[in-house]
Amino acid sequence: MSCSDTITNYAFRSLGFGERRLPTADITLCDQFTLIGSGMIWNIYFGLLAILLGFFSAQAIALAKASSNKAVRKPAEWFIFVFRGSPLFIQFFFGYFLFLSLKQTFPTFDNLTDAWLGAAIVLWLNTTAYSAEIFFGALMAVPKGDLESADAYGFTGWPRFRRIVWPTMLRLAWPAYTNEAIFIFHSTTLVFFSGFPALQQKGDALYYASYFADKTFNPFIPYPILAGYFVLVTLCIITVFGLIGKRLNRHLPQARVSRPRLMSQIFR
Amino acid sequence: MSFYASFGTVLLLLAVTAPLALGFGFGAAAGSRSHLVPVKWLSNLYMAIVRGVPDIAFFLFFVIALDQGLEWMRHQVLCSDWDQPIRQGNDFVVCAAAKLPQNSAPEVYHQIYGFALAVLTFAIVFGAFAGNVIAGAFKAVPHGQIETAEAYGMTKRQTFWRIMVPQMWTYALPGLSNLWMVLIKATPLLFLLGVEDVVYWAKELGGTKTARFTDYPHGDWRMYYFFGLLVFYLLFTKVSEVVLSRITRKLSHGQATAAGEAMRKAGAGA
Repeated sequence: MSCSDTITNYAFRSLGFGERRLPTADITLCDQFTLIGSGMIWNIYFGLLAILLGFFSAQAIALAKASSNKAVRKPAEWFIFVFRGSPLFIQFFFGYFLFLSLKQTFPTFDNLTDAWLGAAIVLWLNTTAYSAEIFFGALMAVPKGDLESADAYGFTGWPRFRRIVWPTMLRLAWPAYTNEAIFIFHSTTLVFFSGFPALQQKGDALYYASYFADKTFNPFIPYPILAGYFVLVTLCIITVFGLIGKRLNRHLPQARVSRPRLMSQIFR
Repeated sequence: MSFYASFGTVLLLLAVTAPLALGFGFGAAAGSRSHLVPVKWLSNLYMAIVRGVPDIAFFLFFVIALDQGLEWMRHQVLCSDWDQPIRQGNDFVVCAAAKLPQNSAPEVYHQIYGFALAVLTFAIVFGAFAGNVIAGAFKAVPHGQIETAEAYGMTKRQTFWRIMVPQMWTYALPGLSNLWMVLIKATPLLFLLGVEDVVYWAKELGGTKTARFTDYPHGDWRMYYFFGLLVFYLLFTKVSEVVLSRITRKLSHGQATAAGEAMRKAGAGA
């Protein structure tokens, strides 16, 4: 089987299209590249979904945590504490079994135990909590002078938030938020190793990488391939987020702008 | 009973891994400041690669890679008269004497060996993170301190050990305490490395029990077991948070940082 055959057979294997049987004998490099790349579709799906949804919900939670109303603040604080204080791995397990028992009582929740929905929800809640803490920190770091100027210009309420507080908050949070985005992509590899089943061997990149490592008993090929794919994704994230960060910082003297860095002190 | 003992496994792993990872990290950070170019590149490469790839992939990779690496080395030493290739198709074959642990060894040794591999893997991965933090801390030590040391005629080595290293800790501590939290939250991954830890037992004991096989029949309790684990980890991180903030206070004392300055002022005012 030539390499182009392999690609047509396995390129969308992770979504259930193409050849059903995974290669078992005579595994070529091409097989490994194609299947692991096919699994990356899931990682990108989970990562993008969590980041897109989490971006909005995290700001809502961050504002709730900054609220002076106790009834709003306390739940937000607890939400952040629970999701930041416990391992994502355990959250996946707990979420899966919670969904499983929900499903048995109410059949409407049938899809929750499937990875595409259930795991996406857990990842979304998780990234919401982490990003909310980042945005909250940025919100607290908005310079006092900015707020005083806003008051002096007669800004109040929503326009004050929309035009003064929010852009500054985003700008300050951006480097840390870039890191969070990278880490949520890395966390997507946990999905199929927790409770969520990979039905009909439709798994993510790490699932296929470990499949090959088991089959060939040689970890030195599939895992570096996986690593290569992830380095590519990470570089993409840094580029895209760097462009957005540049736009957020465009009004500042350019020498002071620090780009989001891969290496940062604080990570999850 | 094994369920409770597995909490001990987790704590033991943390206790052993933390200093080891700190050692790896310190080595990497010191290496990245080295004047020997290969050492510098190697340490930087080590820190960059581990940071850019999902840690779980490393856990899965290193456990097999370390095992095969060790067996390969023992094979080279112990069985020089072996004439077959080691990689035969999809198999990895070494002579019996090179097997780790020996096939005849009791079960305990197999468990200890697995645990040791897990510890080493954790230390390698978290060493890279720690190296990153410590390298940043070295850069944060005020330059005036180094110049003063040079003015006193200290050699590079003396400056490093007597000036940089003692002052670096206070800058490294926020990053390191963050890392400790991450390390705590990475411990359930032990389950993937084949160690019978809390996750293993929660799955095992929580699963549906029927009256035919056990004394305590019950339905699917895994949800409650995992909820218990969730609470355990929450408490653990909370306790760590409190302890670490105390250490931070202590280390900031008398340092030329904002926190140290604030403490000095508070002390003077009182």
